[in-house]
Amino acid sequence: MEIRDVEKLAELARIDLTEEEKQGLLKDFDSILAYVDAIKSVKVDETKGGESLYNSWREDEPAVRDFSLDIITEQFPDAKDGFLKVKKIL
Amino acid sequence: MIDIKNLTIEKAHEAMKKGEFTSRELTLAYLEIIKNKNLEIHAYLEIFEDALSQADEADKKFKNGTATILTGIPTGIKDNILFKGHIVSAGSKILKNYKASYSAPVVKILLEQGAVILGRTNMDEFAMGSSTEYSAFGPTKNPHDITRVPGGTSGGSAAALAANMALSTIGTETCGSVREPAAFCGVVGLKPTYGALSRHGIIAMGNSLDQVSPFGKCVRDAEILFNCLSKHDSEDATSIPEELRTKIKTENTKKKENKIGVPWHLFKDDLNPVIMENFKQSIEKLKKAGYEIVDIELPHAKYSLAVYYIIMPAEVSTNLSRFDGIRYGYHSDGKDLLEVYKKSRAKGFGAEARRRILLGTYVLSHGYYDAYYNKAIKVRENIKQEMQEAFKEVDFVVTPTAPFLPFKLGEKLDDPVSMYLCDLFNAPANLAGVPSIAIPSGFTSEGLPFSIQFTAPHFREDSLFEVGKKFEEIK
Repeated sequence: MEIRDVEKLAELARIDLTEEEKQGLLKDFDSILAYVDAIKSVKVDETKGGESLYNSWREDEPAVRDFSLDIITEQFPDAKDGFLKVKKIL
Repeated sequence: MIDIKNLTIEKAHEAMKKGEFTSRELTLAYLEIIKNKNLEIHAYLEIFEDALSQADEADKKFKNGTATILTGIPTGIKDNILFKGHIVSAGSKILKNYKASYSAPVVKILLEQGAVILGRTNMDEFAMGSSTEYSAFGPTKNPHDITRVPGGTSGGSAAALAANMALSTIGTETCGSVREPAAFCGVVGLKPTYGALSRHGIIAMGNSLDQVSPFGKCVRDAEILFNCLSKHDSEDATSIPEELRTKIKTENTKKKENKIGVPWHLFKDDLNPVIMENFKQSIEKLKKAGYEIVDIELPHAKYSLAVYYIIMPAEVSTNLSRFDGIRYGYHSDGKDLLEVYKKSRAKGFGAEARRRILLGTYVLSHGYYDAYYNKAIKVRENIKQEMQEAFKEVDFVVTPTAPFLPFKLGEKLDDPVSMYLCDLFNAPANLAGVPSIAIPSGFTSEGLPFSIQFTAPHFREDSLFEVGKKFEEIK
């Protein structure tokens, strides 16, 4: 991994990083990836899927959920007329 | 004067039932201890103002005969469990002032039962770490030696219990986050079967692994909490329906259950000799108590932590994308939306959270997905199957809980991999979704706690409690 890879990941993850932080992460990633690379040597059945998961559905019925709208809206960083206000997208 | 040191949930319940003391008096006694110790130990981030009014409600329950075993029990909850109207920050600056808009079902059960929720306990930011040093609000100290860490990520809950700052505490586990601090603080910690307790209202880290997990001063206390909180929840799609629980439990029950498998190959060469000696002594005691001890091989288990450090960051990078400074939490202004995201997330997240978000982004990115994430979920399936195979032969898998003794504050902060290794023996149970319990097994000559870990098949928490209580008698 190189510094530009760290920059690309930070861009994808929407996190600003200082030069010092980038260097630190690069060093950490080298040791973490060296550790997790151990799984590359494990033989697995490539024809099989991963986890044995299945969907768990519930009936699509209206139900009352206990939550406080006031607590949600009072925490908006910016609001107008009770609506969340964000910067323009286009 | 209430004998807090020797109090258990059952003793407290009996005493309140008989009127020897009230819930208010008990709560006041704990609040007094917290007042004296919390500055030093830093187990709690906040004591809730309504603790005493909850205690008064509990006293009403004792008066009108509706009290249950948890009524009036002073309880600490980890800072990632939602309690309506109260701050829940997940140990992070990005949620420093975030107020829960609803209560997690596990909290609702506690409140219905009349438990007294004293406050929220410290944790590593977003439950990432093994020492509680990654909390944005400062580390928790180990009550047995305040120069050492309490383990993590539920270090606040473990330390609060060990320092008698609560009678019961709740944490969460993704990989060892209850068992490892239980080991470091000398208390009991149970990681239940995945899907046993509702994850709804828990600030998610790794969804396929997260599980609400009780602590206890003794096995019986952890059992009481588990029995109250283990319920199907329709709001959590991974919560297992009651009939399926019964079916799985029946399938996993044998006539005679006294065979303990020890995967010596996982740790015989490089374990701390002091921990090894204590573990061997525990195994001898179990043998004398009538358990049959056999050597087992779990060839894939040694890859557990590597698999975990691929799957978990992948899930973290997805989960933590919701914290963007827009709807709630830390907000840093910028010239456009993108700059708001980048600045809010840069300043809101600590170093370990950023590390895992980027690592997760990497293992899920084009060109690396197959080599890392896809491979990891296949190896995970092997680990799970291997564990299920093992349980055809043995009833318990037993190892030391942690490869280390509680270490000094700051000792592992500069070396992420060394910190990750704290959870080496915990990872297989989390990946396989099976229940596992950490139980104190003595002290070093310096007074630091040892711990032993028992793991059982899915939904066999009952067998863990049984062997755990037996071990408490013989240790």
